[in-house]
Amino acid sequence: MTEKKLTKGNIALAEGAIQAGCRFYFGYPITPQNDIPEYLARNLPKHGGTFIPAESEIASINMVMGASASGKRAMTSSSGPGISLMQEGISYLAGSEMPAVIVNIMRCGPGLGGIAPTQGDYNQAVHGGGHGDYRNIVLAPGSVQEMFDLTIKAFELADRYRNPAMIIADAMIGQFQEPCRLTPERPVEFPEKSWALTGRRGRDPRLLKSLYLGDYEQEEHNLFLKQKYDEIQENEVMVEMQNLDDAELIIIAFGTPARVAKTAISLAREEGLRVGLIRPITLFPFPVNEIYEHSARAKNILVVEMNTGQMVRDVRIAAHKDAAIHFYGRPGGGFPFPDDVLGEIKKALGGGAR
Amino acid sequence: MYYDVIMAGFGGQGIQMISQIVALAAIRKGLNVTYLPSYGVEKRGGRTNVTLVIADEEIGSMVSNHPKCVIAMDTIAVDKYKAQVAPKGLLIANASLVPLAMLDRSDIVPLPLRCNDEALALGSAKLSNMIALGAFLQRSEILGFGDVEAVIDEVTPERLKKTIPANLEAIRRGIEIAANGSVR
Amino acid sequence: MNAIFKRPDSLKDTITHFCPGCTHGIAHRLIAETMDELGIADRTIGIPGVGCCVFLYNYFPIDVLEAPHGRAPACATGMKRAQPDKIIFAYQGDGDMAAIGTSEIIHAANRGENITVFFINNSVYGMTGGQMAPTTLLGQQTTTSPYGRDFKSEGYPIKMAEMLATLEGVAYSTRVALHSPKHVNQAKKAIRKAFEMQINEMGFSVVEMLSTCNTNWRVSPLEALKMLEREMIPYYPLGVFKERTGKDFL
Repeated sequence: MTEKKLTKGNIALAEGAIQAGCRFYFGYPITPQNDIPEYLARNLPKHGGTFIPAESEIASINMVMGASASGKRAMTSSSGPGISLMQEGISYLAGSEMPAVIVNIMRCGPGLGGIAPTQGDYNQAVHGGGHGDYRNIVLAPGSVQEMFDLTIKAFELADRYRNPAMIIADAMIGQFQEPCRLTPERPVEFPEKSWALTGRRGRDPRLLKSLYLGDYEQEEHNLFLKQKYDEIQENEVMVEMQNLDDAELIIIAFGTPARVAKTAISLAREEGLRVGLIRPITLFPFPVNEIYEHSARAKNILVVEMNTGQMVRDVRIAAHKDAAIHFYGRPGGGFPFPDDVLGEIKKALGGGAR
Repeated sequence: MYYDVIMAGFGGQGIQMISQIVALAAIRKGLNVTYLPSYGVEKRGGRTNVTLVIADEEIGSMVSNHPKCVIAMDTIAVDKYKAQVAPKGLLIANASLVPLAMLDRSDIVPLPLRCNDEALALGSAKLSNMIALGAFLQRSEILGFGDVEAVIDEVTPERLKKTIPANLEAIRRGIEIAANGSVR
Repeated sequence: MNAIFKRPDSLKDTITHFCPGCTHGIAHRLIAETMDELGIADRTIGIPGVGCCVFLYNYFPIDVLEAPHGRAPACATGMKRAQPDKIIFAYQGDGDMAAIGTSEIIHAANRGENITVFFINNSVYGMTGGQMAPTTLLGQQTTTSPYGRDFKSEGYPIKMAEMLATLEGVAYSTRVALHSPKHVNQAKKAIRKAFEMQINEMGFSVVEMLSTCNTNWRVSPLEALKMLEREMIPYYPLGVFKERTGKDFL
């Protein structure tokens, strides 16, 4: 067994990228994710990798595109405003079917916002962000170990589906420390890239593009992408479920609020309240079936987010029609402590959905 | 077993150091640990706060607003965290800087220690954090002296290795004072 | 019978979408001839920007990445770093490089990325219908400067080749024109020199090509060529603004 090391979330993510075979990082400084580029600037060269401190987030994502088009694993990381600047490039990556890993250690917004922990960018990550009819694969780590493991997973999924994969985490997940195994659980997958632009020697020329002007060409392309997203939805849902068998109330949360919810659930169960947890690990694909199935029986859902209500809309779509859906949100760096959540549990079980 | 502690003070008091020692010693004991340093805007202004959760079960929340123990190394820390200590919880306060009158909650256990004075008596004011650590070990009963002794070398940066014997001595002194339960 | 003039191998046998009279076609042909002469087409990857240049992949039988508007130098950076043994060129218009993409071109040049950039300066946004670009001449009427470009409101035409030449990372920066056989021959030499700079790992090379857009200038192809000579060259002088002769930059 490999020894676990007390590791900061952002560092686990950065090391995960190296272990995933990522050798190209391009980024622009922004708090609270600076540990990631600083770690990679120091360590990528030791692995023969390239680190470029890019002139902007726009340049960063396009450098990622260039390296990714070459068939290499490449990533960038940023926060709030920086991720907004990357949206054009992310849309191109999705449209041209290129893999890439984009990390968002979220900042409070809108605007410049603050650097306290928040989950304000759920909608941006899960429901587009950039222009056009596309989806990102979105992973939401809930522990330092998952910061490491899901980064590897993100590279594998991005390559498997030739699609951008985003990792979104609040600053708490980025900056707290836990014991972490810093080696992959199983051998990292490296799919063949028969589409990479490497010069046409010995084969026909290749093209990566997203412009479709011919009659119905764009529609055909969008329908093709849709098929791919359906396949992702079918095959790649990751979700953690706890204490659901007897639950009268299910908390649905990701990232830090899910951690806090676990403590609140222990407190609730000590008081005889039957509460369980569904923690989406993939935000796209969303655990639609799991939520439907368990909400049909439990009849009560409490969504906890560090925003004013973003994932809760997806929960409403997924949940059984008879389930009452409650929401507790702390936006802008406001923080849900375990006893806050316990209070919401009691309120929700007391009746009255909103 | 589930134990949460907030350690707080100003930069340079060695809060990070003792929290690192406790975290690593707990990991070596096979316990789960979360370690949350000052985050967000608290990073600015020279304050250091660390929230440590130690448990033999899965740890949910890495934040706590009702910790079982607070180690407050100055008055600002007492001000900020005194009210948060869980009922019957422990408030270890650096009485070299904190007036005893501040320790006025009757539903918790106050443990004032003259950390700076004790440290000076051992030869260096820099050992004040270790006095507090010793007291924490004695009262929390989740880790023993031996657990800490086993990891202190690993946590200590190369340039400070020579201070290890003095640090261990200060930890022993902290344990001793806490066992006697009084301010010298 | 000996063929003395033929289509280069690196140019596909197809009809282009360029308007009759447009000099993009000449630039394409020169690049194709040069790839043939240097024998690099099978290891070259082209990165067009957005605009009339975007269909580059229809004309060159090489690997192509379609970059977002203005970002080709950043894409080329990532690509060249990922495969330094390949020849990477970006092909940008003036709306692409001199407006939306100024940040990317300047920093790629300043880092001395070992890539080649071909810059088509025809003083307007071509594909979108002839709007004013940063390169539009003073007094020039376009659909968005209908009363003529006025420096008090729109500033001055931007001289990219000169500006880029000031950056340490640049190995070669030149401006050529595509309006006469003599100038086309000069342009060909510049294109070859730019590719050679990359092959010899000298650093960043850029060739600005003064081009016509007779459709949006609303003149005949022949008049457009005369206008280029008469109105563009006096403001955009031709010449080499920087040329590195050895790896003395190290």
